[in-house]
Amino acid sequence: MESLSFEEAFEQLEAAVSALQDGQMPLEEALRHYEEGMKLAHYCNELLQQAELRVQQLSVDDNGILIVRPFELS
Amino acid sequence: MFAYQAPPVLSVSVLARYLKELLETDDLLQNVWVQGEISGCRTYASGHCYFTLKDAEAQLPCVFFKHARQRSAAPQLRDGMAIAANGSISLYERDGKLQLYVESVELIGEGALFLRFEQLKARLSAEGLFEPERKRPIPEQPSVVGLVTSPDGAALRDMLRVLRTRYPLVQVILSPTLVQGSEAPAAIAAAIDRLNEHGEANVIIVARGGGSIEELWAFNEEVVARAIARSRIPVISGVGHETDFTIADFVADYRASTPTAAATKAVPDIADLQADLDEKQQILTAILDEKLERLKERLERAAYDLQRASPKSVLNQRRQQLDDLTEMLQTRISHLLSLRAERLRGQSLRLHSLSPLLTIARGYAVVRRDSDQAVITGPQQVQPGEQLTIQVRDGSIPVQVRPSHHSPEE
Repeated sequence: MESLSFEEAFEQLEAAVSALQDGQMPLEEALRHYEEGMKLAHYCNELLQQAELRVQQLSVDDNGILIVRPFELS
Repeated sequence: MFAYQAPPVLSVSVLARYLKELLETDDLLQNVWVQGEISGCRTYASGHCYFTLKDAEAQLPCVFFKHARQRSAAPQLRDGMAIAANGSISLYERDGKLQLYVESVELIGEGALFLRFEQLKARLSAEGLFEPERKRPIPEQPSVVGLVTSPDGAALRDMLRVLRTRYPLVQVILSPTLVQGSEAPAAIAAAIDRLNEHGEANVIIVARGGGSIEELWAFNEEVVARAIARSRIPVISGVGHETDFTIADFVADYRASTPTAAATKAVPDIADLQADLDEKQQILTAILDEKLERLKERLERAAYDLQRASPKSVLNQRRQQLDDLTEMLQTRISHLLSLRAERLRGQSLRLHSLSPLLTIARGYAVVRRDSDQAVITGPQQVQPGEQLTIQVRDGSIPVQVRPSHHSPEE
C-alpha cells in the first residue's frame, strides 16, 4: 500500500465501499473489504497529514532537452 | 526711370507642380508621423481608404491606398479612432489638395488595444476556439499541477500558498516564463508547450497577477491563445483581477478570476477530503455492522428453531403439560368434594327438622310394639297382652295391653 498515491488509494477506498455496499458476499469477504477499506482510509489520512508541497521547475537545456529540478522560492 | 519688373504670372498647374516638388523634396514631410482622430472615413470598392485626421485646431486629408493597407496589415479604421499615421505629404493637383499619403497606421492608447482585442476575439470565436464543447473537464484530484507564470511574481507565491494549504499532496511543476513585454507571448506559449511535452501535469494554470491592460497584454496575443487551444492538458487561466478578461480566459478550459482563484479551482480542499474519508470510514463500519447484525439475527433464529426441535424440549413440554393436567384434576376434584359436602349439610339440616324426637320433646309420645317395633297409631292394631313401649322425651315406659271392655267396633 505504501507505493500507492493518495488518488489511487482513495479510488480503491471508494471501490471497497461500493463493493461492501452492494455485495451479497460471504462474511469473510465482507470483512476483508472492510479491513482493506479501513486501512486505505488510514493510509489516506496519514498521507494528508504528512503531505508537503513539492515544487519543481521545468526548463530546457541547450540541446532542447527538458530538465526538471527542485525549485526554491527566492 | 523705374524699371518695373512685373511678377511672373504662373498657371495653376505650374504652381501646383512647384508646390508638389517643394513638398516632395522635404525630408521631414516625406517620412512623417501624424497623430490625430479619424473622421469622415470612407473605403471605396477599389480598396482605397480616405479619411481626415484632425485634432482640436486643424485637419489633414489622408489617403490610405489598398496596397499600403495590405502591406502594413492595417486594422480596420473607423471614425473616432485615435491613430498615428506614417506617410508622406504631397499635393493632389487636381483638387489642389494637400494630403497625407499613408503607409501605415498605429492605434493609440487603450482604444487601440481594445480594438485589437475585439478583432482577435471575433476571429478566434469564429474559428470555434471558445466553444463550450471544446472545454475539457478540470480533474478533481490532480497529482501534478503545472504552473505557467513568472518565477518571481506575486502570482506564483499566491498560488503556492493556496496549493500548500488546500492540497499539499499535489506536486507542482513550474514552467517559468516572462509574463509581460514583447517577448512574453512567445515565452508563455513555449512554457505551455513544454508542460505538454513533459506530460506529467494533470492540469495547467496560466497565471499572472494584476496589472495595467498593457502589462496583461501578452495574454491577449494569438500565440498564447493557440498554445492554450492545442494543449492536451486542461488549462485554467488566472490573469489579473476579477474584472480583467483576456483572450486566454476565453480559450482556457476554465477561467478563474485571479491566480489565487485558479489554484483554488485546480485542487480539492484537504479539509473536504478529510471529511470525505471520515464519512467513508463510517459507511464502511455501518455496512459491516448491519451485515453482522443480520447474521446475528439469523443465528439467533436458527438457535431458537433448533431448541424447539430438540427432544429435551418435547420432554419439558410434556412435563409441563402433565403438571398442568394434574393441577387441573386436583382443582376439579376438590371442587366436586366441597360441592358434595355442601349438599350433605343441607340434607342433614332438613332431616333434623323432620325428626320425631322434636315432637316427643314437646310432650308427645311414640308407642311401639316390642315384638316388631311397629309404631302403634290405633287400638285395633294391638291385642291384649302384647308388650308395648311408650317412648317419651326423657326415656321409655314398658306397658302391657289390657283386655278391652269393649269389643272392637265392627
